[in-house]
Amino acid sequence: MPLTPEEVRHNARLARVGLSDDEVARFQSQLSLILDYFQRLQEVDTENVPPTAHTLAMHNVMRDDEPHPSIDKEEVLANAPQREGDHFRVRAILE
Amino acid sequence: MTTTAVQYETIIGLEVHAQLLTRSKMFCPCAASYVDSSPNTHVCPTCLGMPGVLPVINKRAVEMTIMTGLALNSEVPERAKFDRKNYPYPDLMKGYQISEFDQPLCTGGWLEIELDGQRRRLGITRVHLEEDTAKLIHVKSPTGETYSLIDVNRSGVPLMEVVGEPDMHSPDEARAYLVKLRQILRYLDVCAGNMEEGNFRCDANVSLRPMGASELGSKVEVKNMNSFRSVYRALNHEVERQREILDNGGRIPQETRGWVDDQGVTVSQRSKEYANDYRYFPEPDLPPIVVDREWLEKIRAKMPELPGTKRARFLSEYGLSEYDVSLLIETPAKADYFEAAVALAPEAKRQKRAKAAANWINGELAGLLNAHNIVVSEAKITPKGLSQLIDLQEDGTISGKTAKDVFQEMFETGRDPEQIVEGAGLVQITASDEIAAAVERVLENNAKAADDYRGGKEEAIKFLVGQVMRETRGRANPEMVNQMLKGKLSDNP
Repeated sequence: MPLTPEEVRHNARLARVGLSDDEVARFQSQLSLILDYFQRLQEVDTENVPPTAHTLAMHNVMRDDEPHPSIDKEEVLANAPQREGDHFRVRAILE
Repeated sequence: MTTTAVQYETIIGLEVHAQLLTRSKMFCPCAASYVDSSPNTHVCPTCLGMPGVLPVINKRAVEMTIMTGLALNSEVPERAKFDRKNYPYPDLMKGYQISEFDQPLCTGGWLEIELDGQRRRLGITRVHLEEDTAKLIHVKSPTGETYSLIDVNRSGVPLMEVVGEPDMHSPDEARAYLVKLRQILRYLDVCAGNMEEGNFRCDANVSLRPMGASELGSKVEVKNMNSFRSVYRALNHEVERQREILDNGGRIPQETRGWVDDQGVTVSQRSKEYANDYRYFPEPDLPPIVVDREWLEKIRAKMPELPGTKRARFLSEYGLSEYDVSLLIETPAKADYFEAAVALAPEAKRQKRAKAAANWINGELAGLLNAHNIVVSEAKITPKGLSQLIDLQEDGTISGKTAKDVFQEMFETGRDPEQIVEGAGLVQITASDEIAAAVERVLENNAKAADDYRGGKEEAIKFLVGQVMRETRGRANPEMVNQMLKGKLSDNP
């Protein structure tokens, strides 16, 4: 079940990855192969198996509402590609 | 202006986002308060979205959400789970928001509003839990360069979303719904409920359809409303805007519009390049929540008395009017204040005391609080002080007029009413000779009014009583003055 070039571009955009036309063609075939591979899961009979969102038999892993000190501001901003004062600086966000 | 015969039905649904009053964030132990904090100081690798971190659910936030659901008559299913809602925007540090998609903590429900004497139940679709985003500050530098700044403190603060059914047919109903919802959240002490500060936010879906039509019209989502007043204005504007387009034969495109408060209009927000593609999937880092019935009952047992129950109790227990009760139960703090004042009176006098206390709280106190822009919990006058003041008035120590002056001083200074009364010589004159002397003086100086009364003009007595009250600087008992005047005027023609 091959992906269309448009679907490849859509996914690239969601992932914030820029692709050339050549790359679209290349990933179109590669991604289609991966999807086909996973398609084999459809063959498993799940008729009487309740759906599950988790593979571990755990639930209610929670913490009490106790605040703890945060990390130092300089550490927080250490990886900022751009910084202005004590803020992260990013490109203008257009609504 | 175009007018047509077509009548439209307005349909409004509201989505409310309420920040929960937890001490720590939703999935990490950073402090949840951020309003007075400097930027990026309540931040850790988890709320920064660093790779390899593990979120852990704040139990209190879950309980607050369940409590809200119970107060809104929702179902609380046995199982709930969190999901990732993916979208790329710089206020989301991880590139996704942890939210609840198909298994929220609470489903269904309703709340009851009262409008123009009519009660209506408005449906609730669901109540779920998610995390707030970072705060973006948009900057335009003097050189014209535009960019945005990010403060991550708000990121990860617990955010509860209450989705309402499209059940409302007017902006007035929408406002009543919001006021009621906020009142409930404040009673539960789960949200500060302040729209201006952004801890209680509201988006609205508005559509119109010809009266009697069963299909819904195109839905417009209205955002950016930062006060109750702006919600009301924005909805009125949006309804009129859509009506005008439909009357002129136009069509309403489905879109998102932002309310521009200072211009009083909604404007189209640039539609996104492509439709949202949130790609929800179960949050693999968070095991599901199982709300066993024992836990649910424990949460229910911890819930405070809600406005509806309190209202019914106040009506029957204190014999007050609907109007008085609706004002008293506006906030739990005000209701508690009232009850504390009434409880100080002996049991046999409680009903009478309740009426007096309600009058003071809904009258003088409300006026002064309003003028000083504070709430009841900040007032210097205590329930005990109020109770003592009413005692002084009831036992005849001070007159009603004096009581108001004393109340004013108590409000300003927090002093004890007895001290104020004694210190200022305000004790009511009940000694009849002192009043008699004042009555004599007034009758001498106002012979015309005295004659009018004797001539059958009963109204004149009011003027004379007023003059005696003036003579005694308000300290005389008006009833006593009245009787004494009448006595004098009849036996001394």
